[in-house]
Amino acid sequence: MTLRITALVLLSLLVALLFLASLLIGPAALGLKQSIGALLSGEGGPVALVMQEIRLPRALLGLLVGAVLGLSGAAMQGFLRNPLAEPGLVGVSSSAALGAVLSLQTGLAASFALALPLSALAGAALAVLLVLFMAGPHGGALALILAGIAISALAGALTSLVLNLSPNPFAVMEIVYWMMGSLADRSMTHVWLALPFMILGCGLLLATGRGLDALTLGEDAARSMGVDLARLRLLIVLGTASAVGASVAVAGAVGFVGLVMPHLLRPLVGGRPSHLLPLAALGGAAMVLAADIAVRLIAPDQDLKLGVLTALVGAPFFLHLLWRMRGVEA
Amino acid sequence: MTLLELDHLTLRRAGKPVVDDVTLRVAAGECVGLIGPNGAGKTTLMRAALGLLPHEGSSNLARLPLGERARQAAFLPQSRDIHWPVTVDAVVTLGRALQGSGKLHPEDRRAIDRALMRMGLDGYRDRIATALSGGEQARVLIARALAQETPLLLADEPVAGLDPEAQLRTMQVFADLAREGRGIVVSIHDLGLAARFCTRLVVLDHGRIVLDAPPRAVLSDPRLSEVFGIRGFLADTPDGPVFQPMAVTR
Repeated sequence: MTLRITALVLLSLLVALLFLASLLIGPAALGLKQSIGALLSGEGGPVALVMQEIRLPRALLGLLVGAVLGLSGAAMQGFLRNPLAEPGLVGVSSSAALGAVLSLQTGLAASFALALPLSALAGAALAVLLVLFMAGPHGGALALILAGIAISALAGALTSLVLNLSPNPFAVMEIVYWMMGSLADRSMTHVWLALPFMILGCGLLLATGRGLDALTLGEDAARSMGVDLARLRLLIVLGTASAVGASVAVAGAVGFVGLVMPHLLRPLVGGRPSHLLPLAALGGAAMVLAADIAVRLIAPDQDLKLGVLTALVGAPFFLHLLWRMRGVEA
Repeated sequence: MTLLELDHLTLRRAGKPVVDDVTLRVAAGECVGLIGPNGAGKTTLMRAALGLLPHEGSSNLARLPLGERARQAAFLPQSRDIHWPVTVDAVVTLGRALQGSGKLHPEDRRAIDRALMRMGLDGYRDRIATALSGGEQARVLIARALAQETPLLLADEPVAGLDPEAQLRTMQVFADLAREGRGIVVSIHDLGLAARFCTRLVVLDHGRIVLDAPPRAVLSDPRLSEVFGIRGFLADTPDGPVFQPMAVTR
């Protein structure tokens, strides 16, 4: 109990600090007072422009994307009772990516600014409908996983097909770069587009806590204790699709956050899925904000992609966790 | 008072009936032992009675909304899943946490305490459930079902894999609960334990009820050896009837 509250407070502080740092770090060397002053004052000028149009949306998106990935990862792991589950498992990420890739390939993305994120959201929505249709009316986890894998594979294959048949090497490069995931050059328009979907998704996911706790004892026990599994699954799928779909739409594919963070923070809440949800959201926000600061500091001129870094840090870290688990579980 | 009413309950898989036209009443104060060979349909019957499986015929529980059902009947599944390393207290609390608003009232806390005490788990509250032995985990899960304090309890092979002391203690808890006015349905393979602690035995074979009578009558009925394919030794002791399987007859 106390460990959990302490973790919540410390992680909130960490997220606040990282958010501030994200606002302050960038190629334009701006002082603390100058930056915050420009952000809060209504007046124009180059400093205010940098802060309000470049750094604020970037920091906000880092916060939101990270929180959404951590939260949906924790919810997905709780629902499937599998520590290796991640938000992309229901096929939303790859389908959103396919939507974005199609808009890049057809040139729609170049015609107006929101074409790409909107196409990605459409892809995510289509994936949800297909997954729910294929997984059937009952609330079982296995059918959901299999439907999600099938949709993911199909969306991945279609993305490859688009790349394969693309006559334009520049379009291919643009697609490949986009798929690596990044928060660079996003505007407040992106924030306003993603925010409602993310809030809706987080609301749905946060409502699953009690059901996820009950699922700790298996599906039959949970249902006999009064949990409507079909409703729970709908909350999970719609929540993940809405939140993660919006995240992929504005930031591309940022991997490993939804997988690593719940796993890392689970011991702090005594394994309880409902307590893990808010903590994983904070942890995810901290991880993405930190990674996005790191890509700016490590190689400011190279345009290092956020998703590349989270995977580069996340994968070895995950290996380390597994290495430690080996001794315990054997 | 009748707590469980099954009328012509039937469940088919691939066209074949797994539970076949079962009509059964369980009243308050009864501890009904559900016995039968593997594959006789005991688990399926319980799950269908609880509305966890689609079925034909009717069950008074399956008709209730999920929340109300959980207040009428607790279910202890055969698989002893505890998926996350949660504390014993957290597991048993689940028996109360899903009712009403989800907030624990002092009465809920007392129900949890009673369940823990009854299963001899008072000193285990803060232990990690998944780190306990199989027998201890089984007791924790029974305590979770007890914490619901429902009029009816359906337990699917609760004593399988337990040591003799834990088997006796668990069956004694069920017998005590029945004496206190609850209804118990317990599927069990140990016919000796069933004879000792149940007030009534229901024999299931190929999804049908073959025998439904007090333990002494069921265990001395020649149809029992047809169903199980064994011959047994039945004797009366001061502690009640004992039954010992002796030889295979087919």
